[in-house]
Amino acid sequence: MTLGLILAAVVLAATSGLPGVLLRRSSDWGQRIAMWMMVGAAMAGLGGAIGSYGADQTATTAIPWLAAGSPVVGVDALSAFFLFPILLMGGLGAVYGLGYWPQSRHRGNGRKLRLFWGLMVAGLTLLVIARDGMSFLLGWEVMALSAFFLVSTEDYRAQCREAGWVYLIATHVGTLTLFAMFALWRWATGSYALQPAAEGMSMIVKNALFFMALLGFGLKAGMMPLHFWLPSAHANAPSHVSAMLSGIVLKMGIYGLLRMLSLLPSPLPIWGGLILFLGVVSGLLGVVFAIGQHDLKRLLAYHSVENIGIILMGLGLAMLGRCAHRPEWVVLGLAGCLLHVWNHSLFKSLLFLCAGSVVHGAHTREIDRLGGLAKVMPWTAGLFVVGAVAICGLPPLNGFVSELLVYMGSLQGALGGRAGGSGGAGGSAVMLVAPVLAMIGALAVACFVKVIGAVFLGGPRTSAAVNAHESPLSMRMPAMVLAVCCIVIGLAPMAIVPVLDAGIANWAPDLRQSPSSIGDLVPLGTVSTMAIALVVLVVVVGIVLVRRGREAARAGTWDCGYARPTNRMQYSASSFAQMIVVMFNWVLRPRMRMPHVGGLFPPAANMHSHVDDAIMDRVLLPSGRRIEHSFVWFHRFQQGLTQHYVLYILITVIVMLSTLIPFGEFLERLFAP
Amino acid sequence: MTHQLNALLMVVLAINLFALGTSRILALIRIVAFQGAVLAILPLLVHQHLNAAAAVVVLLTIALKGFAIPAIMIRALRDAQIKREIEPLVGFLPSIILGALGTAFSLLFAGQLPLAAQHSGSLLVPTSIATVLTGFILLTTRYKALTQVVGYLVLENGIFVFGMLLIESMPLVVEMGVLLDLFVGIFVICIITNHINRAFSSMDTRRLVTLKE
Repeated sequence: MTLGLILAAVVLAATSGLPGVLLRRSSDWGQRIAMWMMVGAAMAGLGGAIGSYGADQTATTAIPWLAAGSPVVGVDALSAFFLFPILLMGGLGAVYGLGYWPQSRHRGNGRKLRLFWGLMVAGLTLLVIARDGMSFLLGWEVMALSAFFLVSTEDYRAQCREAGWVYLIATHVGTLTLFAMFALWRWATGSYALQPAAEGMSMIVKNALFFMALLGFGLKAGMMPLHFWLPSAHANAPSHVSAMLSGIVLKMGIYGLLRMLSLLPSPLPIWGGLILFLGVVSGLLGVVFAIGQHDLKRLLAYHSVENIGIILMGLGLAMLGRCAHRPEWVVLGLAGCLLHVWNHSLFKSLLFLCAGSVVHGAHTREIDRLGGLAKVMPWTAGLFVVGAVAICGLPPLNGFVSELLVYMGSLQGALGGRAGGSGGAGGSAVMLVAPVLAMIGALAVACFVKVIGAVFLGGPRTSAAVNAHESPLSMRMPAMVLAVCCIVIGLAPMAIVPVLDAGIANWAPDLRQSPSSIGDLVPLGTVSTMAIALVVLVVVVGIVLVRRGREAARAGTWDCGYARPTNRMQYSASSFAQMIVVMFNWVLRPRMRMPHVGGLFPPAANMHSHVDDAIMDRVLLPSGRRIEHSFVWFHRFQQGLTQHYVLYILITVIVMLSTLIPFGEFLERLFAP
Repeated sequence: MTHQLNALLMVVLAINLFALGTSRILALIRIVAFQGAVLAILPLLVHQHLNAAAAVVVLLTIALKGFAIPAIMIRALRDAQIKREIEPLVGFLPSIILGALGTAFSLLFAGQLPLAAQHSGSLLVPTSIATVLTGFILLTTRYKALTQVVGYLVLENGIFVFGMLLIESMPLVVEMGVLLDLFVGIFVICIITNHINRAFSSMDTRRLVTLKE
């Protein structure tokens, strides 16, 4: 029954774009039908996911469809956990698209966008309910390819096409690795079924499976050295697509990694350590690169890398706990990991939807061209602040809860180590997490102070910001739903404890005996009380301040004696970030183009600064150019002439045939007297 | 039997050289159509005992290679309004010499192959190799799209001759499949040829280089 509902959601979502394709380009009906079908799919799927908690979670069903290798599907706690954000965002995004990408204004690509949106949601859903390698890969490819078409929605823009290509290359490298991984999995276990493998797997095979999973899923998740496709793809896609990509699609990398790790028997400590290290690197560098960005959506994209880092830290902690037989590390680490998956998909989607509203209202993504939007777009500004507080991990919102879980886990490790427990080397590694996490939090706060200060506060810097307008209800409503979810999880974290416990029990079945629920390990009640107290305090202080009714005095600040100050002279986002950018000069390496200003009447000049991506701009592009350069001589053989290619085929055939000919004997007979 | 067979194969070899030497595309198409028709008779000679299936293949091959395919190509030729292959990569006389050398080589080469007793006296293998080589020479040295198509046809004819060695064991379905592939292939190429002609106002395949990334 529950599975039936979810499969119905898959079908409904996959076909949601079709009526629009059949209808006329100028008609709005296709969009409305698609929206309602997506909402229906979301309702059905969410119903199925909730229902699955009451049903038998180990049950699987084979769909009699030979062409896809008779896919086996089933919903367990881990699948259901990931189904929630997918379907929630799938439905909300379709509603958002109604106002953000109306068919009447985007006749050329609106239908394509909705078709692939539905297909992507269907692929994502299939992916998480898949119980064998084939259907997993089917869902994975449907998701990855639809995402490619969604990223390149505005394919008339060169930037968009480029982002699409980079994404396509990255995702195909990942898929190729996954093909290899599932082939090896079949060879090692005898079937494609995603069932826990037997103990006796050889060390080499186990390591090979792990590293292939890390590469294939890591590319999708966007952890630090493999994140290169992410910033441009997120920045150039339509905003609700960015929200989906960042909030949901990245999480599929995490889902895959979690799934594979739960199936591999007796993990090695080095795996946990590596994941933890990658998490630390992604988290720290993600936020540092975010600070250096000038593009609102690019900045949010780098924050995704940071949050993936936090998620990986939780996962690494859980993995180390499994090796060291410390159930409390596993429970805390995995709870942090899972809850942050939800939280990030909520607040990052919220932030991207707000960024979309800004783009919709002001037609630019450049932070330094905006300003003062809080006055014209109060709803968007308020929602953005909610998302920003959540992503910074500040109480009383949901980001705080999940980060608290990871903190607690790492402190457990530290305490266990000092007490001479079985923590050992793992314990001291885990101890590193807490300060790093604190640093990430602080930098994230700095980054969002910069964004909010430059985009929503102050005065409008350009006419685009002056003429900005608030977005319609269809765009505000999905963001409000997400904001409410953030607030609810922040204020009442106890509510999601059963879901988390089920997910943890599903991931680490050997923990089922030890009755450690996440609710016993963390005083969530206290968290909740303090969060509510904080909200009440803020509200009271706010009311008091309003009561006093002090009018804010308006006066020009001291402006170095300029005769005619303009809004362009405000503290810009770049200047705000300058101090931190300089501090991290060694990794950011900002490129500055500063003109020389001299003389009594210096001419007009402009200054330009840019932060390159560490991998894309400094490793991949130069090495690609070098490879291309060293193969210039090869162009002589590739001139586009069919005649030449036929000749190559002929030469190859002759060479291959000649290996069959016994030349010695041949010559002997030829020259025989 | 072998005498008639070899006589026909000699005709095929002569047509190869003629195909290499002519610059008029219409003549080229016609002579290759004739080659196809001649080849279609081969199964009647090679086959030890005739049956209805072999007769069907013979008739179909004559109909397709002798009439249908040349008709399509001549139509494409008329639409494109061209008559001659000019400035090929290798001139016409050198092409003939190359073809003759290839024929000599294949005769020498086939003489050294350990063949089954029943094929030892026939020219099947050398003709096949020589025809395939001719097809390749046409493909690599001519630039007009239609001459390229003829090159593919000649190539296929060579493979067809080689198939005669296996005719006893090759099922009818395979023969039919090959014929159908060929027909569809030529059909599509002729349509593409027309499009090339319209897009580049020339049938010169070298213009296609501009499509290269």
